[in-house]
Amino acid sequence: MLAIILGISLGTVKVPVLSTIQILLAQLFPFVSLDGIDQMHMNIVSNIRLPRVILAGLVGAALAIAGAAFQGLLRNPLADPYTLGVSSGASVGAVVTLFFQLSLPVIGAFTLPVLSILFSFITIFLVLGFAQKIERSMRVETIILTGIIFSSFLGALISLMIALTGEELRQIIGWLLGSVSMRGWVYIKIILPFFIVGTAILLFNGKELNAMSFGEDRAHHLGVNVQRRKLIILMAGSMLTGSAVAVSGTIGFVGLVIPHLVRMLWGPDHKHLLPLSVLTGSAFLILTDLVSRTIIAPVELPIGVITALIGAPVFAIILLKTRAERSG
Amino acid sequence: MVNMLRIQHVSGGYSDKPIVKDISFEVRKGEMLGILGPNGSGKTTLLKMISGIMPFSKGAILIDNKELSEYSPKELAKLVAVLPQHTADPFSYTVKETVSLGRYAHQRGWFHSWSTEDEETILRVMEQTGTVSLQHRSIQDLSGGERQRVYLAQALAQEPRILLLDEPTNHLDLSYQKELFDLLKKWTKECDLMVVSIFHDLNLAGLYCDRLLLLQEGEIVIEDTPNEVLKQERIQNVYHTKIAKQPHPKVPVPQMVLLPEWEDDQEGIKVQIDQSMIHATSERIVVKTTHPLKTMSSGVVGSGVGWYQNFVNRHVDKSYNCSDHKKEMATYLEKNGFVPGETVGMMTAVKLEDVSYKLYVDRNVSIFVVVTAGVGNAIDASIIDREIFDHTPGTINTWIFVNGELSEEAFIQSIMTATEVKVKVLQNEEVLDVTTGTFATGTSTDSILIAATQKGTSIEYAGSFTQLGRLISRGVYECTTEAIRKSRIRKESMSSSF
Repeated sequence: MLAIILGISLGTVKVPVLSTIQILLAQLFPFVSLDGIDQMHMNIVSNIRLPRVILAGLVGAALAIAGAAFQGLLRNPLADPYTLGVSSGASVGAVVTLFFQLSLPVIGAFTLPVLSILFSFITIFLVLGFAQKIERSMRVETIILTGIIFSSFLGALISLMIALTGEELRQIIGWLLGSVSMRGWVYIKIILPFFIVGTAILLFNGKELNAMSFGEDRAHHLGVNVQRRKLIILMAGSMLTGSAVAVSGTIGFVGLVIPHLVRMLWGPDHKHLLPLSVLTGSAFLILTDLVSRTIIAPVELPIGVITALIGAPVFAIILLKTRAERSG
Repeated sequence: MVNMLRIQHVSGGYSDKPIVKDISFEVRKGEMLGILGPNGSGKTTLLKMISGIMPFSKGAILIDNKELSEYSPKELAKLVAVLPQHTADPFSYTVKETVSLGRYAHQRGWFHSWSTEDEETILRVMEQTGTVSLQHRSIQDLSGGERQRVYLAQALAQEPRILLLDEPTNHLDLSYQKELFDLLKKWTKECDLMVVSIFHDLNLAGLYCDRLLLLQEGEIVIEDTPNEVLKQERIQNVYHTKIAKQPHPKVPVPQMVLLPEWEDDQEGIKVQIDQSMIHATSERIVVKTTHPLKTMSSGVVGSGVGWYQNFVNRHVDKSYNCSDHKKEMATYLEKNGFVPGETVGMMTAVKLEDVSYKLYVDRNVSIFVVVTAGVGNAIDASIIDREIFDHTPGTINTWIFVNGELSEEAFIQSIMTATEVKVKVLQNEEVLDVTTGTFATGTSTDSILIAATQKGTSIEYAGSFTQLGRLISRGVYECTTEAIRKSRIRKESMSSSF
């Protein structure tokens, strides 16, 4: 909540915190007076800052809960949409959409997220299938390596498409770096339905995720319908990732770092882990977005840069820690 | 209530190569079945098939006449619980959270709240497995044994009718192994539980299981009672190793012991017991060997069957009287530099100077006989009714060291032969039972010891007409006669000097 208000208030043009709260309340409750509020501030808040903050919140929440679910499902604290290649898959879907100016009939504006989700879903299955081919037991490292191989390959595909494109170049690159700026309410409408459905599915599978984090066989012994649940959870995770990527580009490491942080603070029980990841993830991305546009204002840094700057070292530390635990 | 688990002609495994082949067996409620077999014989695969996580290509697995595949995962989890061999625990769940997961199958729908029944069940299983005190600890911080008990608690929280265990004692130390199986045995009987467990330890399996199933290369070798399954030759063939079978000292089940390679290495070592190893003083006669001998004896210390390398016949005064003579003897041995655990100790009031010993050799078999004899209280063992008892001290202690490998039968026959000869010697020497006037058969405190090097010639029998039997006859006859005569001469000279 605090993150939301701060995220709205601060920026190249500073809006007083109190005014921000007043404007927000006015939006929610029509009877709150808007006396003494600068019209420009009013515009900034409701048309630029508010959607931006909400979008950042949704994207952060989506990536964090998807990451938490992937980690539980694969019993792998290193899994996240980014390391598994799901984000890259979604990117390919999005770039394809932008590149070919695709717009599927009926779904119209939803072409971008739907294709992103579809591609991310295909990617996760290819990655897991491939990892299983390499090694039946699907060790942590194998899955991560496979994810990285797919990421690189898909990244190359994207580069290829960028190289072949002319005018759309800037749009694609700007989108790729990951940003929640200047997206407006339209994008919120795009992500919201997928976010709600995906999050709800995952929240309802908390117990199953708990069981599955002890291994698929164990979960089966405990009475979980493993095949079905796994499919559902992977679909929901891909849905969240795909829609998040569709609206904001690839923002790495949120899905990795946030579940870790939550687990460290409140324990690994998915019944708490999933909802807390949603809250923490959204707050984190709103704050990161805030940093990205204020730290060297008026220039805005891509948000993906900030998360990667924080995320990569954390990833390295986790990797070292798990290695040490295994050898010790 | 589940009455029967039936496995019918099950075959299957990975891809085209079947790991288990045409397996059929049944388990009834209240039964504990052990699955044995060397590594790679398909034990774990079979268990995975029964627990429903591994498909099989042929046959059927039925729980109460209903196919395994007809049960939903939740239904199945309420009937069958599994204690796995390994578990991945990448996240630091607490013990209580882990155990609580066992209730998953009993919870309905998405909004099922944790009921008091759930809480009571997990508390009960945590108590049964001794994990209550661990409940707030992280599963990752536990030792292997503690973790094993937590997963057992998780399995029990499912309140299953059939419990499948894959080498459950893997990480458990001795006391927990015993505790676990004592508990499982009790539950199988009291709660009509069915237990199917894979065992590495044949002896543990023999101790607790009602029936054993022996697998080799995916096929059943035999399925029967432990006594039938655990035959020395069969186990040697299936496991490709040298083992020996012996009875359990307390309960009527077989126990298998490994025969280590270093035992073979010692074959080359020549151990010969002869006069050079005896050291006789007036205080004690000692035979000390470099290698332990397999011994059957009726000494004060180290009696019964065992492996010993010090043999002590100690002189005690006629008036020796001690309420705990075993303890006193052990203290005495220790004081004189003998480890009681490696020593057979006997006592006698007879003068040790009258000892008679000699090495007897017949081709490849030799024995070394040591006898101390006093016939002061000789009695006729065939006469039970006696009122007076002569307290003049007398004891015949007979030691027979055999340079050869004796069967258990040979040990017993050696004792028989030696005793028969002793009786005959007493008769020849006209030793009488003072009370009855009949020929004495021995004294009331005689002891015997047969010790074999268990190397060299293998000797199956030691009856009076066998090679060893004849050596024993001759040796015991000569030495006992000599010892009795020496003792008598001493007595006569002593009395005449008064």
